[in-house]
Amino acid sequence: MEILSLLGDGILVAVQPLNLLLIFVGVTLGLFIGAMPGLGSVNGVAILLPITFLVPPGSAIIFLAAIYYGAMYGGAISSITLGIPGASTAVATTFDGRPLALQGKARLALVAAAIASFVGGTVSVVLFTGFAPLLATVALSFGPPEIFALMLLAFATFVGLGGDDIAKTVFSICFGLVLATVGFDQISGAPRLVLFEMNGFLGGISFLVLAIGVYGIGEMIWTIESTRGEVTNTEAKISVKGIFEDTGTTFKKGWKGMSIGSFLGFFVGVLPAAGATPASLMSYGVTKMISKRPDDFGKGHVGGVAAPEAANNSASTGSMLPMLTLGIPGSPTTAILLGGMVIWGLTPGPRLFVEQSDFVWGLIGSFYVSNFFAVIVNLAFIPLFIWMLRMPFTVLAPLIFVLSVVGGYAAMQDMFDIWLLLIFGFGAFFLRKFDYPVAPAVLAIVLGPIAEPTLRQSLLLSSGDPAIFFNRPISAPIMIVAIILILMPAFKYLRPRRAKPAE
Amino acid sequence: MNILKTLAFGIAALGLTAPAAMAEWQPRKPIDFVIMAGPGGGADQIARFIQSVAEKKDMTSRPLIPNNKGGGSGAEALIWLNTASDPDHTILVTLNSFFSTPIRQPDLGIDIQNFTPIAMMGVDPFALWVQKDSGIETFEQWVETVKAADGEYTTGGTGTGQEDSIVFAYLNNAFDLKSKYIPFDGGGAVAAALAGKQIMATVNNPAEARGFFQSGDVRPLLVFSDEQMSAYPDIPTLKEKGHDFSYYNQRAVVGAPGMSDEAAAYYQKLFEDIFNSEEWQGYLEAESLSPLWMNPEEQRAYWQLQVENHTKLLAGMK
Amino acid sequence: MRVGEIVTAGVLALLSIYLMYKASANGIGFVAKTGPQGGFWPFWLSLGMLISTGFIALNWVRGTSPQSQSDEPVLDSYGLKTLLLVGGGIIGFVALIDIVSMYGAVAIFMLYYLKVLGRHGWFLTSMMVLLFPLGLFFFFEGLMQISMPTGMGFTEPVFNVLYEIIY
Repeated sequence: MEILSLLGDGILVAVQPLNLLLIFVGVTLGLFIGAMPGLGSVNGVAILLPITFLVPPGSAIIFLAAIYYGAMYGGAISSITLGIPGASTAVATTFDGRPLALQGKARLALVAAAIASFVGGTVSVVLFTGFAPLLATVALSFGPPEIFALMLLAFATFVGLGGDDIAKTVFSICFGLVLATVGFDQISGAPRLVLFEMNGFLGGISFLVLAIGVYGIGEMIWTIESTRGEVTNTEAKISVKGIFEDTGTTFKKGWKGMSIGSFLGFFVGVLPAAGATPASLMSYGVTKMISKRPDDFGKGHVGGVAAPEAANNSASTGSMLPMLTLGIPGSPTTAILLGGMVIWGLTPGPRLFVEQSDFVWGLIGSFYVSNFFAVIVNLAFIPLFIWMLRMPFTVLAPLIFVLSVVGGYAAMQDMFDIWLLLIFGFGAFFLRKFDYPVAPAVLAIVLGPIAEPTLRQSLLLSSGDPAIFFNRPISAPIMIVAIILILMPAFKYLRPRRAKPAE
Repeated sequence: MNILKTLAFGIAALGLTAPAAMAEWQPRKPIDFVIMAGPGGGADQIARFIQSVAEKKDMTSRPLIPNNKGGGSGAEALIWLNTASDPDHTILVTLNSFFSTPIRQPDLGIDIQNFTPIAMMGVDPFALWVQKDSGIETFEQWVETVKAADGEYTTGGTGTGQEDSIVFAYLNNAFDLKSKYIPFDGGGAVAAALAGKQIMATVNNPAEARGFFQSGDVRPLLVFSDEQMSAYPDIPTLKEKGHDFSYYNQRAVVGAPGMSDEAAAYYQKLFEDIFNSEEWQGYLEAESLSPLWMNPEEQRAYWQLQVENHTKLLAGMK
Repeated sequence: MRVGEIVTAGVLALLSIYLMYKASANGIGFVAKTGPQGGFWPFWLSLGMLISTGFIALNWVRGTSPQSQSDEPVLDSYGLKTLLLVGGGIIGFVALIDIVSMYGAVAIFMLYYLKVLGRHGWFLTSMMVLLFPLGLFFFFEGLMQISMPTGMGFTEPVFNVLYEIIY
């Protein structure tokens, strides 16, 4: 009961007129920042940090959290309408969101994303309110072996994602994982794979450069070429009634995905090294796996939008937890929020909940209120995004190309990366022509940078003994499940191949 | 920024002071404020703090725009400055990789003496940390424990060649110790790995370990500053243990090579004002940093000294 | 298509070999006591890439992949035209950034695409050419505080006026 009264006070703080206005402005700004490919919550939060000096710290962090929430909703918009995952957390949303938009069901996809985000956000704040201190302890016990096991599990849930040609899928995965290692070897401290001795590779290859190149340039040119320029645009009518109908459809077809996303997302998000991206990918994979008709995924299944969107919002709330209670940021955005707290003279750490309980509960209260506002604002703007999609394709296409280049530059602020983005784009166009699946490479460049260091940290801890993954109580079961999942489709694939020569 | 400021004005109904008196040289476009580390670390926090002070007091006519270039242990940032197309609008927040990275990677062709000294904002000390329930209470006990573990003792830090690994390497040489060193992604992750008992000891800045120190999860055994630190009473320095070694992380601002004298003078004045501000002095105090103000000539001499020290320390790591 | 398939596999195989060569500089072994070296992960995965291209080639020889049986050209005349006009336009756009600034390049690219490729009317074209880059400028420089390339020196007077407006 004490928690409820603290939470009540917190919500009262959040609905003070100043804070309410900040939340409203924050989610709206965040929505548009998140919708811009290349920009994400990290940009919004970083840039708005200084102006928060004009308001009290409590209100400031509420404002920043509102932007964070808004941007999480916004990420789905670029995945669905433009087909470019603007942030790594929205990669999984493109898998089904884009096909839905191409089938003229963009409104359904956008509504499903908004509703699922709301459900995920709400479930996660409730979990946050109830179990924060307990979960902080669990998060601390996740060391490198546990995180590696989790990454393997994330991969395992995606084994079936590739195309029909196994060799090409394997190529794509390996290529993504190799690209992820370019730049600098964190463990030995030495430069690595600085291709053609070009210094631009020292900073590594960002996920965004590959994703924007592949989807924003490669897929776009492929679409124009393969449809002979006759791209069918969405015909979705805009009406309030339609939005309500779509909400119903979302609950009916996407409830499984939403529930999985909400819970799995939160628990993965709480883990310091993991965060929202693996959370959304795993939720998508698990939802697909337990679905009765997994083949519908990737072709425009509402559950395929709902699961990752519920998960990434849920995980974003989750990743606030290690930041507040442990002082470890689970994502670049929370890292900047952490910096903000330091500037305001608040020390994140185990004592924060005790010593700054007004601040903490005000923030938690604002999660509830921000989430509520975010879904309203998001639904209200859906007609605008639909309208954008109804532009003639010869207007929409150059806009997407420009946003890809401008957004790609904004993300890294280096012309080198823009040229690299073009190379990936044209490369992806040709590979697409020969039926190489590109999604596995994009997944690999997201998960690889977490998987490789944790593997090597684990082996350093154990003096090179791989048994470390199997003799720790948390990593062992995760490893075993992951390995079973990876082997299962391999058996399936083996059978038809044996049958082939008989034809 | 105007749009947001106007917005914030409306919300908070607060006024801003008029711009400071006009100096001769003024930036004409946004200032590229490069940070030699990724978002969230100590250097990043300091850069954003500086930016926020400048913003709050409206000290610059064009904003400082933070730009994280942490790749290659700072190599990315150094190259970025070395090849900056507009050196008058490009400045860098540094840490010790400013010295160590060019030594470790001579192929980069970076000579730090070409950079333009601007301001030394302070130095960040280091301490040796263990878990409170490890039972280790003194540095001598720690040395015993590490020796008894015979190479199985696990330490952790931010990476080989980084500041903390240099300190560990010195300790290993000086006390004839052997231990495992696990690199993690940033000081916060290192502190959490210690509190979560993934590793047994760390060398970390006070700011990064503070949350777990206050909660009583970890304790310092030794500090690597010249004198004992007021934040940790009665914790000895390594110098008191008979080894003439102290180690700090520099928190300095430097300009791109080829910056004009007028621009350099402008930034030197700007950062002197920030250094003397109440906010910065409060930050130094709160984060246990030591002020170490230097004029540009002293900074160059300090760079020279640090390059020599790091050459020796890094050579000793092999 | 049939020739293209094997050429692509060949190019990718060469890429894999190059990546293996680069990775080998960091040590590809598994050292007792400390685990894999820096080049271990990229090297063996690049080998995985090489082996995959081997299988792709095998499928080509056996004719089991659809591409290896297709006689369609990789790019017919329409495809080639699209690639040259659209792809070339994008390359031109990026090349122009360093000369006429990001916003200038956006304006020229929009003009090219809307007028030359899209054959839209002058009203729509000129609105997009003027308003879109300007909108981007205020969004990125004003709101997000991200400065884009300003191109060569001659654009400076324009930017000085624009910066004066937003700061």
